[in-house]
Amino acid sequence: MADKTIIIGGGIIGLSLGWQLVRRGADVEILERSKAGKSSSWAAAGMLAPQAEMGFEDIELFYLCRKSLEMYPRFLEELYNDSCIKAEYDKCGAIMPAFDRDDSERIRRLFDFREKIGLPVQWLTGSEAREIEPYLSPKCTFAVWMPEDGQIDNRKLLETLRTAFINAGGKLYEDHLVERINIKNGKAIGVHIHGIDIEADKIIVCAGSWSKMIEGIPEEAQPPVRPVKGQAISLIMDDTCKVTHAVRAPDAYLVPKKDGRLIVGASVEEMGFDEKPTAGEIFRILERAWEAVPSIYDLKIQSIDVGLRPGSRDHEPIIGDSDIEGLYFATGHYRNGILLTPVTAYELAEWIISGNKSETLARFNISRFHKETVS
Amino acid sequence: MNKLTIANKEFSSRLIVGTSRYPNPQTMLEAIEASEAEMITLSIRRLNLNSDNGQESILNLINRNKYWLLPNTAGCFTARDAVLTAQLAREALNTNWVKVEVIGDDETLFPDVPELLKASEQLLKDGFIVLPYCNDDPITCKKLADMGCAAVMPLGAPIGSGMGIRNPYNIQIIRDMVDIPLIVDAGVGTASDAAFAMELGVDGVLMNSAIAGAEHPVQMAKAMKLAVEAGRLAYESGRIPKRLYAKASSPVEGLIGTHEK
Repeated sequence: MADKTIIIGGGIIGLSLGWQLVRRGADVEILERSKAGKSSSWAAAGMLAPQAEMGFEDIELFYLCRKSLEMYPRFLEELYNDSCIKAEYDKCGAIMPAFDRDDSERIRRLFDFREKIGLPVQWLTGSEAREIEPYLSPKCTFAVWMPEDGQIDNRKLLETLRTAFINAGGKLYEDHLVERINIKNGKAIGVHIHGIDIEADKIIVCAGSWSKMIEGIPEEAQPPVRPVKGQAISLIMDDTCKVTHAVRAPDAYLVPKKDGRLIVGASVEEMGFDEKPTAGEIFRILERAWEAVPSIYDLKIQSIDVGLRPGSRDHEPIIGDSDIEGLYFATGHYRNGILLTPVTAYELAEWIISGNKSETLARFNISRFHKETVS
Repeated sequence: MNKLTIANKEFSSRLIVGTSRYPNPQTMLEAIEASEAEMITLSIRRLNLNSDNGQESILNLINRNKYWLLPNTAGCFTARDAVLTAQLAREALNTNWVKVEVIGDDETLFPDVPELLKASEQLLKDGFIVLPYCNDDPITCKKLADMGCAAVMPLGAPIGSGMGIRNPYNIQIIRDMVDIPLIVDAGVGTASDAAFAMELGVDGVLMNSAIAGAEHPVQMAKAMKLAVEAGRLAYESGRIPKRLYAKASSPVEGLIGTHEK
């Protein structure tokens, strides 16, 4: 019997990794606790913005993000071949506007840092910014323009991935909550689900925010991942407001989708597994978004979405093997899940199939959390 | 260097640090460690308090044997909210210490003084150890001290502004007027601000954004530790008076040719 691989979690990471493994001849089952691609991956805004997101100490992560962005064209082409559905990458660019002196100082610092490390980034006056994105408020004083950042319709992408995975011969089981991972003599041997044990040769945890909550993994080997709540609003654009670029306003972003939605987000909250939208956060996001793009005022609200970003302790992803033989992780992608999908799927699938560790992923192994001395 | 005593609890460090707005929890932990602070403040309303079932959470990462927790009521706009938040903190964290923060306005984040006084009164009555975040107004500070607060914590400048100590004269007046611990809370931007505050004779400095928002928070945390220590040592050492004209640092007496034989 051929090797069997079980993937726990049918979000964007689990689906793409599963699809890439099946493409390489593996026998893969995805076990999803609710509906595949309908949790955090669904609630995401789909920004492919390695530049806009980068923090001062995130350079290694930035390189991984940029590498993943470069893989997107190949990823989407293969997906189209396997699913016959076209998900397009929209290289719309991202604009980071400032509206007063304090904002200008803040974005100047971000601009200087990006320029110093040689990234394609442009400093715009308020007028120049409004030529690029006419819906920006006239109060815009300056802006940073990041032409290489883009976005994708993540919901379309999820549909595509699901179809591609199944078409390629993968098995997807929804409403299948894994109760435990069975480990024997330091080796993962299967999972316990619906009261029965299922055997597997390899188990990959792609359970996002829930990755630490699966029983069976000894505490010291669990991935340190927590849910970081994000609330966002989907507005429906009309002729009075047709934003065409990602706008990274202070404390809110606006991302236009090809299907006419304008995603406005997002809160960043430490609220555990709570997934309820709240008045205060929605109010605050809309207020900030309205200050940046006043014409959103009359747009209709399609939905309010809440997602739980899987935040690892250092906010970098946890991808690769573990101390337990046959147990792999691809989780903790935090704010970069959609962006990091291709690099995660390609590098880890290749690693699992060939047995050769990925150099690219070396830094992102779970072992980095085990080296610390406990004080 | 003398120890800092608040409500009969001794602290070797005079730096109190916050836990918000770090790039990630790992950096937060390392920065707190580098700051060598013993007391850390947490925003109760921005914290997952229900994480005792093995969930990863900010709260579970903090070693309570090592750090004294000071829950704060950040995000409260009324006395009532602040009191409820403090009670929630007491229940969840098992401590009756609270940094009371009642914000009057979203743009400046200045305290709402009447509401702050009301909240402090109620919390004191309810048995809390109260450390109020307040304006750099001597009268407000005096009232809070007379009421029985364990410390007063006037701002140096607005929260997150990094503007330093904008009214050192008020801080000096407050120092003269209250004999309970005086802690400058908010406004510090860089190490010299912290040292300057300590040189004014305050008992400690509380900061968050200056560390969490720095390009390299762990390094900045260390800088702040050194600055607070340096400032305190300088204060305890007694600085020389300022003068307009030079005064040679080498003695003039006893030089060759200044006296016969």
